[in-house]
Amino acid sequence: MTTPIPATPAPGPRAADSAILAARDAGFAYRGAPPVLHGVSLDITAGRSLGLVGESGAGKTTVLRLLLGLTRPTSGRILFDGDELRLRDREQMRRFRRGVQSVFQDPYSSLDPRQRVSGIVAEPLRSLGLSRPVARGEEDPRVAAALEAVGLPADAARRYPHEFSGGQRQRIAIARATVCEPRVLLADEPVSALDVTTRVRIVDLLIELKETRGLTIAMVSHDLSVVAALCERTAVLEHGRVVEQGDTASVLGSPSHPYSRRLIASVPRLPSPKSP
Amino acid sequence: MNARDPRALDVNGLTIRTDQGRTLVSDLSFSINAGSRLGLVGESGSGKSLTALAVLGLLPPGMNASGSIVLREAPDAPGTEVIGATEQRLTGLRGRAATVVFQEPLTALDPLMRIGGQLAEPLRRWRGLRGPALRRAVAEALEQVRLPDPDRITRAYPHEISGGQRQRVALAMALACDPALLIADEPTTALDVTVQSEVLALLDGLVAQRGMALLFVSHDLAVVSSVTDHVLVLKDGAAVESGSVDDIVRRPQHPYTRDLVDSARHLESALERIVR
Repeated sequence: MTTPIPATPAPGPRAADSAILAARDAGFAYRGAPPVLHGVSLDITAGRSLGLVGESGAGKTTVLRLLLGLTRPTSGRILFDGDELRLRDREQMRRFRRGVQSVFQDPYSSLDPRQRVSGIVAEPLRSLGLSRPVARGEEDPRVAAALEAVGLPADAARRYPHEFSGGQRQRIAIARATVCEPRVLLADEPVSALDVTTRVRIVDLLIELKETRGLTIAMVSHDLSVVAALCERTAVLEHGRVVEQGDTASVLGSPSHPYSRRLIASVPRLPSPKSP
Repeated sequence: MNARDPRALDVNGLTIRTDQGRTLVSDLSFSINAGSRLGLVGESGSGKSLTALAVLGLLPPGMNASGSIVLREAPDAPGTEVIGATEQRLTGLRGRAATVVFQEPLTALDPLMRIGGQLAEPLRRWRGLRGPALRRAVAEALEQVRLPDPDRITRAYPHEISGGQRQRVALAMALACDPALLIADEPTTALDVTVQSEVLALLDGLVAQRGMALLFVSHDLAVVSSVTDHVLVLKDGAAVESGSVDDIVRRPQHPYTRDLVDSARHLESALERIVR
Protein backbone atom coordinates (compact mmCIF):
# COMPACT_ATOMS: atom_id res chain seq x y z
CA MET A 1 0.00 0.00 0.00
CA THR A 2 2.78 2.41 0.81
CA THR A 3 5.03 1.52 -2.07
CA PRO A 4 5.10 4.66 -4.17
CA ILE A 5 3.72 4.54 -7.69
CA PRO A 6 6.80 4.58 -9.88
CA ALA A 7 6.94 7.56 -12.18
CA THR A 8 6.44 6.24 -15.68
CA PRO A 9 9.87 5.32 -17.01
CA ALA A 10 11.60 7.38 -19.63
CA PRO A 11 10.86 5.84 -23.01
CA GLY A 12 13.53 3.83 -24.75
CA PRO A 13 14.34 4.33 -28.41
CA ARG A 14 11.08 4.22 -30.28
CA ALA A 15 10.72 1.42 -32.77
CA ALA A 16 8.56 2.13 -35.80
CA ASP A 17 5.82 3.67 -33.73
CA SER A 18 3.14 4.63 -36.14
CA ALA A 19 0.23 6.06 -34.21
CA ILE A 20 -2.82 3.88 -33.53
CA LEU A 21 -4.89 6.98 -33.20
CA ALA A 22 -3.98 10.52 -34.17
CA ALA A 23 -5.45 13.98 -34.54
CA ARG A 24 -4.05 16.01 -37.42
CA ASP A 25 -4.62 19.75 -37.24
CA ALA A 26 -8.10 19.01 -35.91
CA GLY A 27 -10.49 21.85 -35.22
CA PHE A 28 -14.02 21.80 -33.92
CA ALA A 29 -16.83 24.34 -33.80
CA TYR A 30 -20.46 24.04 -32.87
CA ARG A 31 -22.77 25.30 -35.58
CA GLY A 32 -22.79 29.08 -35.72
CA ALA A 33 -20.35 29.40 -32.84
CA PRO A 34 -16.65 30.25 -32.73
CA PRO A 35 -14.33 27.22 -32.77
CA VAL A 36 -13.62 25.47 -29.48
CA LEU A 37 -10.60 23.57 -30.83
CA HIS A 38 -7.87 24.95 -33.08
CA GLY A 39 -5.35 22.87 -35.00
CA VAL A 40 -4.94 20.07 -32.48
CA SER A 41 -2.34 17.45 -33.46
CA LEU A 42 -1.78 14.50 -31.16
CA ASP A 43 -0.44 10.96 -31.53
CA ILE A 44 -1.44 7.94 -29.49
CA THR A 45 1.21 5.31 -30.10
CA ALA A 46 1.32 1.83 -28.61
CA GLY A 47 2.79 1.78 -25.12
CA ARG A 48 2.88 5.56 -24.80
CA SER A 49 -0.21 6.55 -22.87
CA LEU A 50 -1.30 10.15 -23.24
CA GLY A 51 -2.66 12.50 -20.58
CA LEU A 52 -4.73 15.51 -21.64
CA VAL A 53 -4.68 18.24 -19.03
CA GLY A 54 -6.07 21.76 -18.86
CA GLU A 55 -8.85 23.80 -17.30
CA SER A 56 -12.55 23.23 -17.79
CA GLY A 57 -13.54 24.65 -21.15
CA ALA A 58 -10.05 24.09 -22.59
CA GLY A 59 -11.43 21.44 -24.97
CA LYS A 60 -10.10 18.25 -23.36
CA THR A 61 -13.36 16.35 -23.55
CA THR A 62 -14.02 17.58 -27.10
CA VAL A 63 -10.63 16.17 -28.16
CA LEU A 64 -11.57 12.88 -26.55
CA ARG A 65 -14.95 12.85 -28.33
CA LEU A 66 -13.20 13.36 -31.67
CA LEU A 67 -10.73 10.57 -30.92
CA LEU A 68 -13.63 8.34 -29.95
CA GLY A 69 -15.42 9.01 -33.23
CA LEU A 70 -18.45 10.48 -31.51
CA THR A 71 -18.18 13.68 -33.53
CA ARG A 72 -16.36 14.64 -36.67
CA PRO A 73 -13.81 17.45 -36.60
CA THR A 74 -14.93 20.57 -38.49
CA SER A 75 -11.41 20.91 -39.86
CA GLY A 76 -8.43 18.57 -39.99
CA ARG A 77 -8.57 14.79 -39.60
CA ILE A 78 -8.67 11.94 -37.11
CA LEU A 79 -6.53 8.98 -38.16
CA PHE A 80 -6.97 5.36 -37.07
CA ASP A 81 -4.05 3.11 -38.04
CA GLY A 82 -3.05 5.80 -40.51
CA ASP A 83 -6.43 5.94 -42.27
CA GLU A 84 -8.85 8.79 -41.90
CA LEU A 85 -11.66 7.80 -39.56
CA ARG A 86 -14.87 7.59 -41.58
CA LEU A 87 -17.86 7.46 -39.27
CA ARG A 88 -20.08 5.99 -42.00
CA ASP A 89 -17.69 3.19 -42.98
CA ARG A 90 -19.17 0.31 -41.00
CA GLU A 91 -16.32 -2.07 -41.65
CA GLN A 92 -13.71 0.43 -40.49
CA MET A 93 -15.85 1.50 -37.53
CA ARG A 94 -16.10 -2.13 -36.41
CA ARG A 95 -12.32 -2.47 -36.45
CA PHE A 96 -12.12 0.89 -34.69
CA ARG A 97 -14.53 -0.08 -31.89
CA ARG A 98 -12.66 -3.32 -31.43
CA GLY A 99 -9.39 -1.43 -31.07
CA VAL A 100 -10.54 1.62 -29.14
CA GLN A 101 -12.82 1.47 -26.08
CA SER A 102 -13.78 4.01 -23.45
CA VAL A 103 -14.44 4.62 -19.77
CA PHE A 104 -16.25 7.67 -18.39
CA GLN A 105 -16.17 9.68 -15.22
CA ASP A 106 -19.44 8.76 -13.56
CA PRO A 107 -19.77 5.07 -12.74
CA TYR A 108 -23.44 5.63 -11.83
CA SER A 109 -24.75 6.92 -15.15
CA SER A 110 -22.53 4.80 -17.41
CA LEU A 111 -23.98 1.38 -16.53
CA ASP A 112 -27.47 0.21 -17.53
CA PRO A 113 -29.26 -0.38 -14.21
CA ARG A 114 -31.56 -3.04 -15.68
CA GLN A 115 -28.90 -5.36 -17.00
CA ARG A 116 -26.93 -7.87 -15.02
CA VAL A 117 -23.20 -7.24 -14.87
CA SER A 118 -22.60 -10.21 -17.17
CA GLY A 119 -24.81 -8.60 -19.83
CA ILE A 120 -23.14 -5.23 -19.43
CA VAL A 121 -19.64 -6.63 -19.74
CA ALA A 122 -20.57 -8.85 -22.70
CA GLU A 123 -22.09 -5.93 -24.62
CA PRO A 124 -19.01 -5.07 -26.71
CA LEU A 125 -18.66 -8.74 -27.70
CA ARG A 126 -22.28 -8.80 -28.85
CA SER A 127 -22.25 -5.53 -30.72
CA LEU A 128 -18.93 -6.29 -32.39
CA GLY A 129 -20.13 -9.71 -33.48
CA LEU A 130 -17.50 -11.47 -31.40
CA SER A 131 -19.91 -13.57 -29.34
CA ARG A 132 -19.28 -17.29 -29.34
CA PRO A 133 -22.02 -19.84 -28.81
CA VAL A 134 -22.10 -21.07 -25.22
CA ALA A 135 -24.34 -23.62 -23.54
CA ARG A 136 -27.62 -22.40 -22.04
CA GLY A 137 -27.13 -20.87 -18.61
CA GLU A 138 -23.45 -20.52 -19.22
CA GLU A 139 -21.65 -17.35 -20.03
CA ASP A 140 -18.76 -16.44 -22.26
CA PRO A 141 -15.53 -17.25 -20.40
CA ARG A 142 -14.13 -13.93 -21.62
CA VAL A 143 -16.66 -12.10 -19.41
CA ALA A 144 -15.51 -13.97 -16.32
CA ALA A 145 -11.89 -13.36 -17.30
CA ALA A 146 -12.51 -9.62 -17.72
CA LEU A 147 -14.23 -9.42 -14.33
CA GLU A 148 -11.43 -11.34 -12.72
CA ALA A 149 -8.83 -9.08 -14.33
CA VAL A 150 -10.40 -6.04 -12.69
CA GLY A 151 -10.51 -7.76 -9.31
CA LEU A 152 -14.26 -8.36 -8.97
CA PRO A 153 -15.57 -11.48 -7.20
CA ALA A 154 -16.76 -14.39 -9.37
CA ASP A 155 -20.41 -13.92 -8.39
CA ALA A 156 -20.39 -10.31 -9.63
CA ALA A 157 -21.58 -11.40 -13.09
CA ARG A 158 -25.04 -12.38 -11.83
CA ARG A 159 -25.65 -9.19 -9.87
CA TYR A 160 -26.98 -5.73 -10.86
CA PRO A 161 -25.02 -2.44 -10.91
CA HIS A 162 -26.88 -0.96 -7.91
CA GLU A 163 -25.42 -3.67 -5.70
CA PHE A 164 -21.95 -2.24 -6.18
CA SER A 165 -20.05 0.74 -4.76
CA GLY A 166 -18.69 3.53 -6.95
CA GLY A 167 -15.22 1.98 -7.15
CA GLN A 168 -16.62 -1.45 -8.03
CA ARG A 169 -18.84 0.11 -10.69
CA GLN A 170 -15.82 1.75 -12.24
CA ARG A 171 -14.20 -1.71 -12.27
CA ILE A 172 -17.26 -3.04 -14.12
CA ALA A 173 -16.93 -0.20 -16.65
CA ILE A 174 -13.26 -1.08 -17.12
CA ALA A 175 -14.09 -4.77 -17.52
CA ARG A 176 -16.63 -3.86 -20.23
CA ALA A 177 -14.08 -1.65 -21.98
CA THR A 178 -11.36 -4.29 -21.92
CA VAL A 179 -13.35 -7.48 -22.65
CA CYS A 180 -12.72 -7.25 -26.41
CA GLU A 181 -9.00 -6.65 -25.79
CA PRO A 182 -8.75 -3.18 -27.30
CA ARG A 183 -5.40 -1.58 -27.97
CA VAL A 184 -6.43 1.85 -26.72
CA LEU A 185 -8.58 2.86 -23.76
CA LEU A 186 -9.94 6.41 -23.93
CA ALA A 187 -10.90 7.63 -20.47
CA ASP A 188 -12.54 10.87 -19.39
CA GLU A 189 -11.65 11.60 -15.76
CA PRO A 190 -11.84 7.87 -14.91
CA VAL A 191 -11.04 8.27 -11.21
CA SER A 192 -12.13 11.77 -10.24
CA ALA A 193 -15.56 10.73 -8.95
CA LEU A 194 -13.96 8.23 -6.57
CA ASP A 195 -12.83 8.56 -2.96
CA VAL A 196 -9.09 8.77 -2.49
CA THR A 197 -8.61 5.24 -1.14
CA THR A 198 -10.66 3.84 -4.04
CA ARG A 199 -8.89 6.11 -6.53
CA VAL A 200 -5.52 4.60 -5.63
CA ARG A 201 -6.85 1.10 -6.29
CA ILE A 202 -8.29 1.99 -9.69
CA VAL A 203 -5.07 3.75 -10.73
CA ASP A 204 -3.15 0.63 -9.69
CA LEU A 205 -5.57 -1.50 -11.72
CA LEU A 206 -5.03 0.64 -14.81
CA ILE A 207 -1.25 0.41 -14.36
CA GLU A 208 -1.59 -3.36 -14.16
CA LEU A 209 -3.72 -3.51 -17.32
CA LYS A 210 -1.11 -1.42 -19.13
CA GLU A 211 1.60 -3.83 -18.10
CA THR A 212 -0.18 -7.15 -18.56
CA ARG A 213 -2.39 -6.39 -21.57
CA GLY A 214 -0.22 -3.88 -23.37
CA LEU A 215 -3.12 -1.44 -23.12
CA THR A 216 -2.43 2.17 -24.11
CA ILE A 217 -4.46 4.81 -22.32
CA ALA A 218 -5.46 8.26 -23.53
CA MET A 219 -6.96 10.09 -20.63
CA VAL A 220 -8.46 13.42 -19.70
CA SER A 221 -7.67 14.31 -16.12
CA HIS A 222 -7.48 17.39 -13.98
CA ASP A 223 -5.42 15.41 -11.48
CA LEU A 224 -1.76 15.69 -12.44
CA SER A 225 -0.74 12.95 -10.01
CA VAL A 226 -2.93 10.48 -11.88
CA VAL A 227 -1.44 11.61 -15.19
CA ALA A 228 2.08 11.25 -13.80
CA ALA A 229 1.27 7.72 -12.62
CA LEU A 230 -0.34 6.50 -15.84
CA CYS A 231 0.87 8.47 -18.84
CA GLU A 232 4.20 8.49 -20.64
CA ARG A 233 3.15 11.58 -22.57
CA THR A 234 1.23 14.70 -21.59
CA ALA A 235 -0.47 17.39 -23.67
CA VAL A 236 -1.55 20.65 -22.10
CA LEU A 237 -4.59 22.37 -23.58
CA GLU A 238 -5.55 25.98 -23.10
CA HIS A 239 -8.46 27.72 -24.88
CA GLY A 240 -8.75 24.90 -27.42
CA ARG A 241 -5.07 24.80 -28.37
CA VAL A 242 -2.33 22.39 -27.41
CA VAL A 243 0.14 24.77 -25.80
CA GLU A 244 2.67 22.12 -24.82
CA GLN A 245 3.13 18.39 -25.32
CA GLY A 246 5.88 15.87 -24.81
CA ASP A 247 7.17 13.30 -22.34
CA THR A 248 5.33 13.60 -19.04
CA ALA A 249 8.58 13.93 -17.14
CA SER A 250 9.59 17.00 -19.10
CA VAL A 251 6.14 18.61 -19.46
CA LEU A 252 5.34 18.29 -15.75
CA GLY A 253 8.95 18.40 -14.54
CA SER A 254 10.16 21.42 -16.47
CA PRO A 255 7.16 23.00 -18.14
CA SER A 256 8.01 25.62 -20.72
CA HIS A 257 4.61 27.23 -21.23
CA PRO A 258 3.51 29.72 -18.53
CA TYR A 259 0.10 28.10 -18.29
CA SER A 260 1.61 24.64 -17.66
CA ARG A 261 3.80 26.17 -14.97
CA ARG A 262 0.80 27.75 -13.27
CA LEU A 263 -1.12 24.47 -13.47
CA ILE A 264 1.65 22.49 -11.81
CA ALA A 265 2.28 25.10 -9.13
CA SER A 266 -1.43 25.03 -8.18
CA VAL A 267 -1.60 21.34 -7.25
CA PRO A 268 -2.36 21.09 -3.53
CA ARG A 269 0.18 18.93 -1.72
CA LEU A 270 0.34 17.34 1.68
CA PRO A 271 2.97 18.66 4.07
CA SER A 272 6.14 16.58 3.66
CA PRO A 273 6.15 13.41 5.75
CA LYS A 274 9.22 14.43 7.74
CA SER A 275 8.83 16.86 10.63
CA PRO A 276 10.25 20.29 9.89
CA MET B 1 -23.25 38.52 33.33
CA ASN B 2 -21.89 36.15 30.68
CA ALA B 3 -18.48 34.71 31.30
CA ARG B 4 -16.27 35.07 28.24
CA ASP B 5 -16.31 31.95 26.17
CA PRO B 6 -13.92 31.75 23.22
CA ARG B 7 -15.87 29.04 21.40
CA ALA B 8 -17.66 30.24 18.29
CA LEU B 9 -19.03 26.73 17.83
CA ASP B 10 -19.43 24.02 20.42
CA VAL B 11 -20.80 20.67 19.30
CA ASN B 12 -21.56 18.06 21.92
CA GLY B 13 -22.75 14.51 21.38
CA LEU B 14 -24.27 15.38 18.00
CA THR B 15 -26.24 12.44 16.61
CA ILE B 16 -28.17 12.58 13.36
CA ARG B 17 -30.81 9.97 12.60
CA THR B 18 -33.29 9.41 9.83
CA ASP B 19 -36.96 9.11 10.71
CA GLN B 20 -36.57 5.39 10.04
CA GLY B 21 -34.04 5.25 12.84
CA ARG B 22 -30.84 4.88 10.84
CA THR B 23 -27.93 6.64 12.52
CA LEU B 24 -25.95 8.77 10.08
CA VAL B 25 -23.77 10.69 12.52
CA SER B 26 -23.14 9.40 16.01
CA ASP B 27 -22.01 11.16 19.15
CA LEU B 28 -19.80 13.76 17.54
CA SER B 29 -18.16 16.41 19.72
CA PHE B 30 -15.85 19.27 18.73
CA SER B 31 -15.49 22.99 19.19
CA ILE B 32 -13.92 25.85 17.28
CA ASN B 33 -12.64 28.99 19.00
CA ALA B 34 -13.00 32.42 17.43
CA GLY B 35 -10.14 32.82 14.98
CA SER B 36 -9.39 29.07 14.80
CA ARG B 37 -9.86 26.66 11.93
CA LEU B 38 -11.00 23.08 11.92
CA GLY B 39 -10.99 20.74 8.93
CA LEU B 40 -13.64 18.03 8.77
CA VAL B 41 -12.22 15.26 6.59
CA GLY B 42 -13.83 12.09 5.37
CA GLU B 43 -14.88 10.11 2.32
CA SER B 44 -18.34 10.02 0.79
CA GLY B 45 -20.93 8.90 3.31
CA SER B 46 -18.82 9.89 6.32
CA GLY B 47 -21.40 12.44 7.49
CA LYS B 48 -19.19 15.49 7.10
CA SER B 49 -21.66 17.52 5.05
CA LEU B 50 -24.61 16.52 7.26
CA THR B 51 -22.66 17.79 10.25
CA ALA B 52 -22.10 21.12 8.49
CA LEU B 53 -25.81 21.37 7.63
CA ALA B 54 -26.83 20.50 11.19
CA VAL B 55 -24.73 23.38 12.55
CA LEU B 56 -26.90 25.79 10.55
CA GLY B 57 -30.13 23.96 11.33
CA LEU B 58 -30.44 23.04 7.66
CA LEU B 59 -30.86 19.26 7.83
CA PRO B 60 -33.15 17.99 5.08
CA PRO B 61 -36.63 16.77 6.02
CA GLY B 62 -36.66 13.23 7.35
CA MET B 63 -33.53 13.70 9.46
CA ASN B 64 -33.25 14.96 12.97
CA ALA B 65 -30.40 15.91 15.23
CA SER B 66 -29.95 15.33 18.93
CA GLY B 67 -27.21 16.44 21.30
CA SER B 68 -26.13 20.04 21.42
CA ILE B 69 -24.84 22.63 18.94
CA VAL B 70 -24.09 26.06 20.41
CA LEU B 71 -23.23 29.04 18.21
CA ARG B 72 -21.77 32.22 19.71
CA GLU B 73 -21.59 35.50 17.80
CA ALA B 74 -18.86 36.95 20.03
CA PRO B 75 -16.83 35.66 22.99
CA ASP B 76 -18.89 37.79 25.39
CA ALA B 77 -22.24 37.05 23.78
CA PRO B 78 -24.55 34.35 25.10
CA GLY B 79 -24.49 31.16 23.07
CA THR B 80 -27.54 29.96 21.18
CA GLU B 81 -28.60 26.33 21.00
CA VAL B 82 -29.32 25.35 17.39
CA ILE B 83 -31.00 22.00 18.02
CA GLY B 84 -34.68 22.55 18.69
CA ALA B 85 -34.50 26.28 17.87
CA THR B 86 -37.44 27.81 16.02
CA GLU B 87 -37.01 28.67 12.34
CA GLN B 88 -37.25 32.36 13.27
CA ARG B 89 -34.43 32.01 15.77
CA LEU B 90 -32.33 30.12 13.20
CA THR B 91 -32.89 32.81 10.58
CA GLY B 92 -31.49 35.28 13.07
CA LEU B 93 -28.38 33.15 13.54
CA ARG B 94 -27.66 32.42 9.89
CA GLY B 95 -25.60 35.11 8.29
CA ARG B 96 -24.26 36.56 11.55
CA ALA B 97 -23.39 33.72 13.89
CA ALA B 98 -22.58 31.34 11.04
CA THR B 99 -22.75 31.19 7.26
CA VAL B 100 -21.91 28.62 4.66
CA VAL B 101 -20.29 28.37 1.26
CA PHE B 102 -21.25 25.22 -0.63
CA GLN B 103 -19.43 23.21 -3.28
CA GLU B 104 -21.61 24.32 -6.15
CA PRO B 105 -22.08 28.10 -6.18
CA LEU B 106 -24.94 27.83 -8.67
CA THR B 107 -27.11 26.28 -5.98
CA ALA B 108 -26.42 29.25 -3.69
CA LEU B 109 -27.24 31.85 -6.32
CA ASP B 110 -30.66 32.71 -7.75
CA PRO B 111 -30.38 32.23 -11.52
CA LEU B 112 -32.97 34.95 -12.23
CA MET B 113 -31.41 37.69 -10.13
CA ARG B 114 -28.44 39.89 -10.97
CA ILE B 115 -25.38 39.43 -8.77
CA GLY B 116 -25.71 42.94 -7.35
CA GLY B 117 -29.25 42.31 -6.18
CA GLN B 118 -28.34 39.04 -4.49
CA LEU B 119 -25.40 40.58 -2.69
CA ALA B 120 -27.52 43.53 -1.59
CA GLU B 121 -30.07 41.31 0.13
CA PRO B 122 -28.11 40.40 3.27
CA LEU B 123 -26.65 43.90 3.46
CA ARG B 124 -30.10 45.45 3.34
CA ARG B 125 -31.60 43.01 5.76
CA TRP B 126 -28.90 42.80 8.37
CA ARG B 127 -27.02 46.04 8.08
CA GLY B 128 -30.04 48.17 7.15
CA LEU B 129 -28.22 49.78 4.22
CA ARG B 130 -30.17 51.65 1.54
CA GLY B 131 -29.47 53.68 -1.59
CA PRO B 132 -25.90 54.86 -2.31
CA ALA B 133 -24.58 53.34 0.93
CA LEU B 134 -25.95 49.95 -0.16
CA ARG B 135 -24.41 50.28 -3.63
CA ARG B 136 -21.08 51.19 -2.08
CA ALA B 137 -21.25 48.19 0.26
CA VAL B 138 -22.00 45.85 -2.67
CA ALA B 139 -19.01 47.20 -4.60
CA GLU B 140 -16.80 46.82 -1.53
CA ALA B 141 -17.96 43.26 -0.99
CA LEU B 142 -17.04 42.39 -4.57
CA GLU B 143 -13.67 44.08 -4.31
CA GLN B 144 -12.94 42.22 -1.13
CA VAL B 145 -13.20 38.87 -2.92
CA ARG B 146 -11.01 40.36 -5.67
CA LEU B 147 -13.49 40.22 -8.49
CA PRO B 148 -12.30 42.22 -11.43
CA ASP B 149 -14.61 44.80 -12.98
CA PRO B 150 -17.19 44.95 -10.15
CA ASP B 151 -19.52 47.11 -12.25
CA ARG B 152 -19.94 44.39 -14.83
CA ILE B 153 -20.29 41.62 -12.22
CA THR B 154 -22.93 43.60 -10.31
CA ARG B 155 -25.13 43.70 -13.42
CA ALA B 156 -24.39 40.11 -14.51
CA TYR B 157 -26.60 37.07 -13.96
CA PRO B 158 -24.96 34.00 -12.40
CA HIS B 159 -24.73 32.15 -15.72
CA GLU B 160 -22.77 35.02 -17.26
CA ILE B 161 -19.75 34.63 -14.99
CA SER B 162 -17.28 31.76 -14.54
CA GLY B 163 -17.40 29.08 -11.84
CA GLY B 164 -14.52 30.66 -9.94
CA GLN B 165 -16.20 34.07 -10.08
CA ARG B 166 -19.48 32.55 -8.84
CA GLN B 167 -17.71 30.99 -5.91
CA ARG B 168 -16.18 34.39 -5.09
CA VAL B 169 -19.67 35.92 -5.18
CA ALA B 170 -20.97 33.16 -2.89
CA LEU B 171 -18.07 33.91 -0.54
CA ALA B 172 -18.82 37.64 -0.66
CA MET B 173 -22.46 36.90 0.25
CA ALA B 174 -21.41 34.64 3.08
CA LEU B 175 -19.12 37.31 4.48
CA ALA B 176 -21.55 40.22 4.02
CA CYS B 177 -22.74 40.16 7.61
CA ASP B 178 -19.39 39.55 9.27
CA PRO B 179 -20.19 36.05 10.55
CA ALA B 180 -18.42 34.67 13.60
CA LEU B 181 -18.13 31.27 11.92
CA LEU B 182 -17.71 30.47 8.25
CA ILE B 183 -18.57 26.95 7.14
CA ALA B 184 -17.02 25.98 3.81
CA ASP B 185 -18.32 22.68 2.44
CA GLU B 186 -16.01 21.48 -0.35
CA PRO B 187 -15.80 25.09 -1.55
CA THR B 188 -13.19 24.46 -4.23
CA THR B 189 -13.98 20.89 -5.31
CA ALA B 190 -15.87 22.01 -8.43
CA LEU B 191 -13.13 24.45 -9.48
CA ASP B 192 -10.08 24.02 -11.67
CA VAL B 193 -6.81 23.60 -9.77
CA THR B 194 -5.47 27.02 -10.71
CA VAL B 195 -8.75 28.66 -9.63
CA GLN B 196 -8.84 26.44 -6.55
CA SER B 197 -5.50 27.73 -5.34
CA GLU B 198 -6.62 31.34 -5.86
CA VAL B 199 -9.91 30.84 -4.00
CA LEU B 200 -8.13 29.01 -1.15
CA ALA B 201 -5.62 31.86 -0.81
CA LEU B 202 -8.48 34.37 -0.79
CA LEU B 203 -10.44 32.40 1.82
CA ASP B 204 -7.31 32.03 3.93
CA GLY B 205 -6.62 35.78 3.84
CA LEU B 206 -10.18 36.86 4.62
CA VAL B 207 -10.60 34.46 7.52
CA ALA B 208 -7.31 35.65 9.02
CA GLN B 209 -8.09 39.32 8.46
CA ARG B 210 -11.50 39.12 10.12
CA GLY B 211 -10.59 36.75 12.92
CA MET B 212 -13.42 34.42 11.93
CA ALA B 213 -13.71 30.81 12.97
CA LEU B 214 -13.61 28.40 10.03
CA LEU B 215 -15.12 24.94 9.65
CA PHE B 216 -13.70 23.54 6.43
CA VAL B 217 -15.31 20.37 5.12
CA SER B 218 -13.48 18.37 2.45
CA HIS B 219 -12.54 14.94 1.19
CA ASP B 220 -9.14 16.27 0.17
CA LEU B 221 -6.56 16.09 2.93
CA ALA B 222 -4.05 18.17 0.98
CA VAL B 223 -6.55 21.01 0.53
CA VAL B 224 -7.61 20.84 4.17
CA SER B 225 -4.04 20.90 5.41
CA SER B 226 -3.36 24.03 3.38
CA VAL B 227 -6.05 26.11 5.12
CA THR B 228 -6.72 24.68 8.58
CA ASP B 229 -4.64 23.99 11.65
CA HIS B 230 -6.71 21.19 13.19
CA VAL B 231 -8.36 18.21 11.58
CA LEU B 232 -11.15 15.88 12.62
CA VAL B 233 -11.34 12.67 10.60
CA LEU B 234 -14.79 11.13 10.14
CA LYS B 235 -15.72 7.67 8.99
CA ASP B 236 -19.26 6.30 8.76
CA GLY B 237 -20.60 9.15 10.86
CA ALA B 238 -18.18 8.84 13.75
CA ALA B 239 -14.97 10.62 14.65
CA VAL B 240 -11.94 8.35 14.28
CA GLU B 241 -9.15 10.79 15.07
CA SER B 242 -8.51 14.46 15.65
CA GLY B 243 -5.43 16.58 16.12
CA SER B 244 -3.22 19.18 14.57
CA VAL B 245 -2.72 19.01 10.81
CA ASP B 246 0.89 18.18 11.51
CA ASP B 247 0.11 15.21 13.74
CA ILE B 248 -2.64 13.83 11.52
CA VAL B 249 -0.60 14.07 8.34
CA ARG B 250 2.79 13.05 9.74
CA ARG B 251 1.85 10.72 12.56
CA PRO B 252 -1.62 9.31 11.93
CA GLN B 253 -2.62 6.93 14.74
CA HIS B 254 -5.85 5.35 13.59
CA PRO B 255 -5.60 2.76 10.80
CA TYR B 256 -8.27 4.56 8.76
CA THR B 257 -6.43 7.89 8.97
CA ARG B 258 -3.25 6.08 7.97
CA ASP B 259 -5.05 4.61 4.97
CA LEU B 260 -6.28 8.09 3.94
CA VAL B 261 -2.83 9.67 4.30
CA ASP B 262 -1.09 6.75 2.57
CA SER B 263 -3.54 6.85 -0.35
CA ALA B 264 -3.02 10.58 -0.81
CA ARG B 265 0.77 10.16 -0.63
CA HIS B 266 0.66 7.16 -2.93
CA LEU B 267 -1.08 9.25 -5.59
CA GLU B 268 1.24 12.19 -5.03
CA SER B 269 4.35 10.07 -5.26
CA ALA B 270 4.36 9.72 -9.05
CA LEU B 271 4.15 13.49 -9.42
CA GLU B 272 6.71 14.11 -6.66
CA ARG B 273 9.25 12.14 -8.62
CA ILE B 274 8.89 14.45 -11.58
CA VAL B 275 8.24 17.79 -9.89
CA ARG B 276 10.81 18.39 -7.21
